[in-house]
Amino acid sequence: MKKIKSAADLKNLQEELNARLDPNKPCIAICCGTGCLAHGTRHLVERFQQELADRQLTDKIGLRRTGCHGFCERGPMVVIHPQKIFYQRLKVDDVPEIIDKTILGGEVIDRLLYRDPVTKERIVHEHEVPFYKKQMRLVFGMNGMIEPTSIEDYLAIGGYGALAKVLAQADPQAVIDEISAAGLRGRGGGGFPTGRKWDATRKAAGSPKYVICNADEGDPGAYMDRSLLEGNPHSVLEGMIIGAYAIGSSHGYIYVRNEYPLAVENITLAIDKARQMGLLGENILGSGFDFDIVINRGGGAFVCGESSALFASIEGRAGEPRAKYVHATDKGLYDKPTCLNNVETWANVPLIINRGAQWYAGIGTEHSKGTKIFSLVGKINNTGLVEVPMGITLREIIYEIGEGIPKGRRFKAVQTGGPSGGCIPEALLDMPVDFDELTKLGTMMGSGGMIVMDERNCMVDVAKYFLKFLEEESCGKCTPCREGIYQMRKILDRITNGEGKLEDLDTLEWMGQAIKDGSLCALGGSAPNPVLTTLRYFRSEYEAHIVDKKCPAGVCKALITYGIDADKCTGCRACTRVCPTGAATGEKKEVHQIDQEKCIKCGACYEACKFDAITIA
Amino acid sequence: MQEKVAHIIGKYHSDKGFLVPILQDVQKEFNYLPKEALTAVGTQLQVPLSRIYEVATFYRAFSLTPRGKHQLSLCVGTACHVRGAPMIQDGIERVLDIRAGQTTADLEFTFETVNCLGACALGPILVVDGEYQGQVTLSKANKLLKKLGKKVATDEED
Repeated sequence: MKKIKSAADLKNLQEELNARLDPNKPCIAICCGTGCLAHGTRHLVERFQQELADRQLTDKIGLRRTGCHGFCERGPMVVIHPQKIFYQRLKVDDVPEIIDKTILGGEVIDRLLYRDPVTKERIVHEHEVPFYKKQMRLVFGMNGMIEPTSIEDYLAIGGYGALAKVLAQADPQAVIDEISAAGLRGRGGGGFPTGRKWDATRKAAGSPKYVICNADEGDPGAYMDRSLLEGNPHSVLEGMIIGAYAIGSSHGYIYVRNEYPLAVENITLAIDKARQMGLLGENILGSGFDFDIVINRGGGAFVCGESSALFASIEGRAGEPRAKYVHATDKGLYDKPTCLNNVETWANVPLIINRGAQWYAGIGTEHSKGTKIFSLVGKINNTGLVEVPMGITLREIIYEIGEGIPKGRRFKAVQTGGPSGGCIPEALLDMPVDFDELTKLGTMMGSGGMIVMDERNCMVDVAKYFLKFLEEESCGKCTPCREGIYQMRKILDRITNGEGKLEDLDTLEWMGQAIKDGSLCALGGSAPNPVLTTLRYFRSEYEAHIVDKKCPAGVCKALITYGIDADKCTGCRACTRVCPTGAATGEKKEVHQIDQEKCIKCGACYEACKFDAITIA
Repeated sequence: MQEKVAHIIGKYHSDKGFLVPILQDVQKEFNYLPKEALTAVGTQLQVPLSRIYEVATFYRAFSLTPRGKHQLSLCVGTACHVRGAPMIQDGIERVLDIRAGQTTADLEFTFETVNCLGACALGPILVVDGEYQGQVTLSKANKLLKKLGKKVATDEED
């Protein structure tokens, strides 16, 4: 691999690589994101390679192992180019048919197409699938076009062009002004104006200055950062290099979760390749600008997503946050000026430089610009990653992109912002999604997790879940957070055990406020949000637990009993076979019984019954 | 053990800042963090053992006790939670007779929960010895345990 020594060299190489792309050459783009790999995509790739080799087609037909396409619900999936035929839920044995019929024969295989659940119509092309139709995939869309392990693929579609532009302009302040004018705000949750952060770091006294990519994506149910690092690592690197140039930094770090092995692998490879080609290291593109990046893997502590805890972790210490009277932009990592941005924020940077601040600022709402990637998960028909313009409503995301709730059940709430966020009820689904509107509802954008819940989810249980999570993840430094969350969780334990009192609800409210006021970092500062929002929007559910001693959703073990509907029970003995305590009994073809004394409410019978005969009351 | 630790530390140019990744690699090598290895890291990096102990006990990824032959990790992220992960957790704890985070006395199984694996479409997810198992039910979990040699009642007809 030759070093690229100037912007002109880069341009030549990009053109040369682009010319090699034959738009008419058939190519199978196969999603190899973590979601699809978990679906068994690896075997599919091997079979494609084998079948293509057997037919001596390896040179004539491309096989591109791309990053995540977003539509995880339907994996394993491929897109056949140039027609852009979308096949989903594939099995290894579908492979020969796809090659023979579709690629060689030009025939569409009906069975493998996506079927619209409403109209029952088969949809041929990727962009016509309702899941993709309403999206605006500016940052994430490139994933399907490149192999993340190939820097050439990224260069061929114009990659690192934004960097060349910035270096040619030789005006770091202009870069910052451009990012400010675009209105880009931090995608990691805080929503702080990116340009302002860069400017503060640039102007801060002290050296060296550090640039950090926060890839410690800890919010459960959010995985867009991982998918960007896995699927398009060079876009993140390019953003970081541009940022470092604007700020005047030559040292960068990527702090990434160790639980994301593929992301670590792909970003490591991307850094090596960028270095070999002279896009990282000394004298980048002959501009005299030096910058390099080191990867640091996290140890599985949620609090390390918080900037000052993250610095502590990079310094090799336990990840405890500190007070931020002095900003990280003045004293961050090793007490030096530090600019920390989230993965998605960095990936937005090349886009803004390439297409201009004005274009970018034209997307979104007044104070939230551009697009945001959300992970739409939980009780939703189309689980996956969706990139939408800011200002879209929750209803559009859930019902048009997500196509509603499975099994015809009723929507109950959507939880945004991870453990720091809150639950939004149906009545507020028409609110536009942006940083400020979500905050007004008592929740937050967070990093973009969106967990949909239906009538079978108990809101008290969900609030307890988040408190338990934060109780374990609290670093323990601030007493209100360490002890307060624990006490709040104890109260919720009591309520879900049917031992709650109505006064408990007031206690929860004032304690929540006290924890918010008395904690140093955002973990404690936002920890009570799930409880406070569920109290605000679903108070009746708390009251049902306390007053009626009932869990309306049928979740809280102490408040439910399993029974058998005699009309529906066929006497098949499925429940008696799985019952671990011998509580479910009965003879073949006779109505079964559940002995309440022995029942431990494990739910095995409910799961095993094919006739819907197990009742939860 | 000394040489193995030295080799790992060498990869990070004896930089104390890389204590967390160094411990990760040590754990990968020995399956857990043996006391001798931690002492070796301390001596070679010139970091007090107390600091190393602080770090090793702060981060969830580290284990100071040997782990089982089979590793079971259940995702308890929000998406998996709302899809029934707690029931699966109870079930596995009951069958193995340990709590999440523990190892069975015969060193056969370690069961732990993880906060999110980011494969939410497949939830609930159980990772069995590195292999992702999606849409896990109680009965599927029991069958997986049975395959690994655990005696457990499943819904298969006798």
